[in-house]
Amino acid sequence: MHGRRQTKEKWILLAPAILVLALITLIPLANTVWLSFTDTKISALPVPVHFIGLENFIYALTDPDFQAALYRTLYFTIVSVGLEGILGVAVAVLLNQEFRGRTLLRALIILPWAVPTIVNAVAWRLIYHPDYGALNSLLYQIGLISDYRSWIGDPMTAMNMVILADVWKNFPLVAYVALAALQTVPGDLNKAAAVEGAGPWKRFVSITLPWIAGPLMVVMVLRTIEAFRVFDIVYVMTGGGPADSTKTASFYVYQEYFNYLRSGSGASYAVLVAGISAVLILAYYSASKRQTAGAAA
Amino acid sequence: MKTFGKLILGSAFATLAMASTAMADTTLNALFMSQAAYSEDDIKSMTAKFEAANPGVTVDLEFVPYEALHDKIIAAAGAGDDGYDVVLFDVIWPAEFATRGFLQDVTDRIPADYTDKVFDGAWTTVEYAGKRYGMPWILDTKYLFYNAEMLEAAGISEPPKTWNELVSQAKQIKDKGIVEYPLVWSWSQSEAMICDFTTLTAANDGAFFEEGQPAFTAGGARDAVAFMKATLDEGLTNPSSREYFEEDVRRVFSNGEAAFALNWTYMNALANDPAESKVAGKVKVAPAPGVEGKSTASSVNGSMGLGIPANSPHADEAWAYISFLTQKDIQDDYAKLSLPIWKASYSEPKVMDGQEELISAAKQSIAVMYPRPLVPSYTEVSDILQKNIHQVLLGQTGVDEALEAAADRVKRIR
Repeated sequence: MHGRRQTKEKWILLAPAILVLALITLIPLANTVWLSFTDTKISALPVPVHFIGLENFIYALTDPDFQAALYRTLYFTIVSVGLEGILGVAVAVLLNQEFRGRTLLRALIILPWAVPTIVNAVAWRLIYHPDYGALNSLLYQIGLISDYRSWIGDPMTAMNMVILADVWKNFPLVAYVALAALQTVPGDLNKAAAVEGAGPWKRFVSITLPWIAGPLMVVMVLRTIEAFRVFDIVYVMTGGGPADSTKTASFYVYQEYFNYLRSGSGASYAVLVAGISAVLILAYYSASKRQTAGAAA
Repeated sequence: MKTFGKLILGSAFATLAMASTAMADTTLNALFMSQAAYSEDDIKSMTAKFEAANPGVTVDLEFVPYEALHDKIIAAAGAGDDGYDVVLFDVIWPAEFATRGFLQDVTDRIPADYTDKVFDGAWTTVEYAGKRYGMPWILDTKYLFYNAEMLEAAGISEPPKTWNELVSQAKQIKDKGIVEYPLVWSWSQSEAMICDFTTLTAANDGAFFEEGQPAFTAGGARDAVAFMKATLDEGLTNPSSREYFEEDVRRVFSNGEAAFALNWTYMNALANDPAESKVAGKVKVAPAPGVEGKSTASSVNGSMGLGIPANSPHADEAWAYISFLTQKDIQDDYAKLSLPIWKASYSEPKVMDGQEELISAAKQSIAVMYPRPLVPSYTEVSDILQKNIHQVLLGQTGVDEALEAAADRVKRIR
């Protein structure tokens, strides 16, 4: 009896939250999934809508351009999130040391993350400018290049250049979360290990890293979701060019909706992008579970 | 502190002003672009004149880059009464906008005698299936700009009449070491590149579609792409052109880093303005060249029109505003960055004054303006061509391979 009342209470208390969640997430999501099975078009005139089953998905997945875009997006995600993780943790370890000016540096390091994506993208586009960009000027003056070159106009380098801009903007988030976690690592553990003769690298891998793995996992999952649906930074920096070499999967969602006005087909691309992010997140979780299990054993 | 105070005061007044007009009168929301053609200042000044002549009507102006214009119009179509009342639209969109019902049919609002007074090329901008969806406003095409001093230094007395002549003049200029890359273009993966491609296709007497099927894999369109690639291979075209838009072209040319450039009307005034250009006074303009036996000049229809979105609740006021902006007197007064749609304007002293050369080039270019494909799926066709032509320019694929791939992709459009 007592249990049932508690269940009822639980649902009453949860109801407002579920309602809000339904309004802003579940209903639009259900609507998008429904759209993805239709041939809906954006139009000011009434146009009949037909249920067309998997046709949109088949069209998208058999399009070699979209397949290439998926691989490109995966590359972007792995490289940029990977670099952000490594750089973020390294910076966090540095900022966790005692040194003069640490507080100032800790405040400064968050700045790139505070810059709006669009501003960041425009700034990097100027840095990479083929004629008067700062990067060319720097590399030329220190003698690494003998001629000014095009960075985001060259399909060989464009994607990596966009990744660099994205890493610069987003590594502080990882650094901050890692730093917060590092401050909870008990100093005794490290001291004891040092007494036992464990070197700094060994202590970092066996004590520090497992200790901060949980929070780190959260921020890496967040960044992975964001990275996989990347659009804004690429749109501003290269518009998907040159010759589609930076065109990520989200471009197809945008393009189908706003350029070609096929909202049904656009929804199917959106569902695909969201579905793949979900798979990536699941992979993370199972990896972290295994790690926790390993640590416990 | 002083500026801050002003800011507060300013925004308070602005809020007050907005509140009072919204209550008593009509406010029109108008969407323009901030790129080429009329400057923001010009449009603000024209609008101020309209507001002075029409008490009770206020116009809220919004300026976006050309690349955002199409999507803004679409996104606002679902905004009900809060959408736009007047929008600037490109010559390549009426087919799509008309079939989707985004713009109001204004055929009956346009006086019958206008038909003969306005250039045919301008009308193409607003027409689809025999109806008119706006008034043409910007009559624009790409002209050949050249640095007369550089040509003279290379011993060239006349600007090129054909594209082959242009290439040999460019070689001469390069060989004399006058400038490293004599040619600069807007060949980023964008609509700007398609405009240059269309100009060259027109020169080579090519076609994009024949009987609804892609025809750009052979003939003039193919020759156009091959020409573009050849100028890169020969070191005549600035390789950075592959990431340039029109404004980059203007900047490079105005810095004296190119002898020839293809660009819209607006560059004429700006490249000759000492505040904007290092080569002011040396810049001349001519129609884009032709091809021996095929054409004497070439030109792309880059015109734009003003229309009323279907969801505007103020169609009458919007039309009054459009009529005001597109009337001959106003266009003649602001003819430095964009030329009028009216035939009679081209003999008006105030239009010709100081830009006789541009007007004489315009008379030839307007007569041969070539349209980009007039199909409802134009945006997608253009995206496909942009990608594949860009691959050619970057040396990733051959001309024929790329154009065949583009044709296959176009056939797959749903």
